[in-house]
Amino acid sequence: MPATGIPPKSWRRHDAVAWPWPRATLFLVFALGIWVSASGLVDSIVTYREDIVYLTKQHLVLVVSSGTAAILVGLPVGIWLSRPSMERYAETVMQVFNIGTTIPTLAVVALSMTLLGIGFPPAFFGLFVASLLPIVRNTYAGLLTVPSHLKEAATGMGMTRRQILWRIELPNALYVIFSGIRTALAINVGTTPLAFLIGGGGLGELIFTGIDLMDTGMLLAGAIPTAALAVAVDFLMGQAQLHLIPKGVNPLR
Amino acid sequence: MIRLEDLTKIFRTPNGDVVAADRVNMEVPEGEICILLGPSGCGKTTALKMINRLIPPTSGKIYLDGKDTSGLDDIELRRNIGYVIQQIGLFPNMTIEENICVVPRLLNWDAKRAANRAAELLDLVGLDARQYLKRFPKELSGGQQQRVGVIRALAADPPVMLMDEPFGAIDPINREIIQDEFLKMQSEMKKTIMFVSHDIDEAVKMGDKVAIFRAGKIEQYASPDRILAHPSNEFVADFVGADRTLKRLRLLTAEQVARSDAPITSRSTKIDDARQALSGAKARIAVVIDSDHRPVGFVTAEEMTGASGTVRDLAHPLPATVPIRADLRAVVSEMFAQDTMWLACTDDQGRFAGVISQPDVTAALQATYARDRNTPEKLEAS
Ligand SMILES: Nc1ncnc2c1ncn2[C@@H]1O[C@H](COP(=O)(O)OP(=O)(O)O)[C@@H](O)[C@H]1O
Ligand SMILES: [Mg+2]
Repeated sequence: MPATGIPPKSWRRHDAVAWPWPRATLFLVFALGIWVSASGLVDSIVTYREDIVYLTKQHLVLVVSSGTAAILVGLPVGIWLSRPSMERYAETVMQVFNIGTTIPTLAVVALSMTLLGIGFPPAFFGLFVASLLPIVRNTYAGLLTVPSHLKEAATGMGMTRRQILWRIELPNALYVIFSGIRTALAINVGTTPLAFLIGGGGLGELIFTGIDLMDTGMLLAGAIPTAALAVAVDFLMGQAQLHLIPKGVNPLR
Repeated sequence: MIRLEDLTKIFRTPNGDVVAADRVNMEVPEGEICILLGPSGCGKTTALKMINRLIPPTSGKIYLDGKDTSGLDDIELRRNIGYVIQQIGLFPNMTIEENICVVPRLLNWDAKRAANRAAELLDLVGLDARQYLKRFPKELSGGQQQRVGVIRALAADPPVMLMDEPFGAIDPINREIIQDEFLKMQSEMKKTIMFVSHDIDEAVKMGDKVAIFRAGKIEQYASPDRILAHPSNEFVADFVGADRTLKRLRLLTAEQVARSDAPITSRSTKIDDARQALSGAKARIAVVIDSDHRPVGFVTAEEMTGASGTVRDLAHPLPATVPIRADLRAVVSEMFAQDTMWLACTDDQGRFAGVISQPDVTAALQATYARDRNTPEKLEAS
């Protein structure tokens, strides 16, 4: 997981949209396809079609709702912590948050079950908390790394504090903030299968039941859409980061 | 006009109080550039930033155009003062056009008017508007960014400008060029400018007045020539440097010193006539000019004595000429380089414009001292 602040160069490069090993990947997928169809797995996966559709919807609802909530809460909290009036407390709060990040997401999910019982609410809450941290941290760090002479120039030109936040600070921190959101969503998508363990449903149901029953077809019926979703989300975020962030502050352009 | 009255700033720090400005009194007349000059940490930036209230004064008053600014709203005040900082501070997320239009847009100009203004200002500093308006700051060179930083401050045509080491981050060659450009703009804009610098050469070049600061106090506030000719104390003398008389050479141009009535003659003039003209003018040397009035050589009275023929036979080539608009430093430098006591000056078209000699230069430098010896020291800002 990338640290706070501006991500290291190598990491930025890795953000590039191009798939790193297109040919190798294609070959692997192809080989996997041959193996899957030869072993009759395709047929067995297809039998779970209805489950896949139903659980994918459930899965997506979890991802989208908890991810959106994390963004809606994380951005304002990050902004608030970066305000000069919070200077004295912000670092302490961030320390607590950083300790929070070191807790394994499985533990976060388990803890939220002890608080909220089983079902959708604890699953939603666990995912929300796990995704919240990178967003808060990068928003805070991104805003703090905006050079003070830019803020001074803006103040000297007669911008109000609100104008400085919206027109100078946020646009210039956008890349780092976006990286935080991207990391958060990657964590979110990767953790969502665990929701099944606390009764939150989703594709984890097929994966874990498949493991229990040693039913490879069932397992893959859950694992393949989960993997595809993770790849798709990261790809979309990469594209968004490339195209939505203005040229002047986008190291990718 | 900017007037500071007993302006004081005391920073309260955990290690005790720091007096960054100590009862600063000064007045910058309308349309002039005043340089705040002094070593690092002497309080120049603090004095400047109190004017647009980036630093709130501890006590004292600031008047702009005769009006006490303490009653004005911060935001209102700042939008009417141009502000340029050393780090330039162009906003990376905005195009050049958006950067220039920041203050006009804050002042609710309509988009079209602001855009026109941006294009006009870019042209003024020699940047092609079509090419640069839509670029981002990172796509410009350092010197270009610096120019944009200056015109951004000028965008809404504020009467007063504050500039904190605005050309400090550029290489010396480009700095000279930008300084010249800026002076040219200023000769038309006539802004009232407070300009921080730590470079005495820059101060002498750019300033109508120079205020020398030490530890938050003004040590001397006067014209550059006066500061160089009469540093008010040891500190100022040290700061302006042991070569201060040489620095004064930059303040005068050849035009102010050269003799435009120096004798001239032409190649086809008879030597007898030329010699008589010279003795009539009580001069020893005549500059030879061609049919376009360009200086091409010289003849001396001694060599013409007893000679016959035309001037052409005795004329020597000129070692060099200097533009009449050159400053005396360039002139003296050329004299030393050519090992000559005098040089012919030319106007913009290359025509003869006068003769400048080493004694004339010395006399011009002396004139200030002589004049000041006769008039008692005027009271200057404390
Ligand atoms: N915010 C501040 N808090 C405490 N001391 C300060 C602050 N700003 C400036 N100073 C002190 O005030 C003095 C003048 O600073 P400054 O005006 O920046 O100097 P200059 O621009 O001439 O280099 C210095 O001694 C500096 O350390
Ligand atoms: Mg300074």
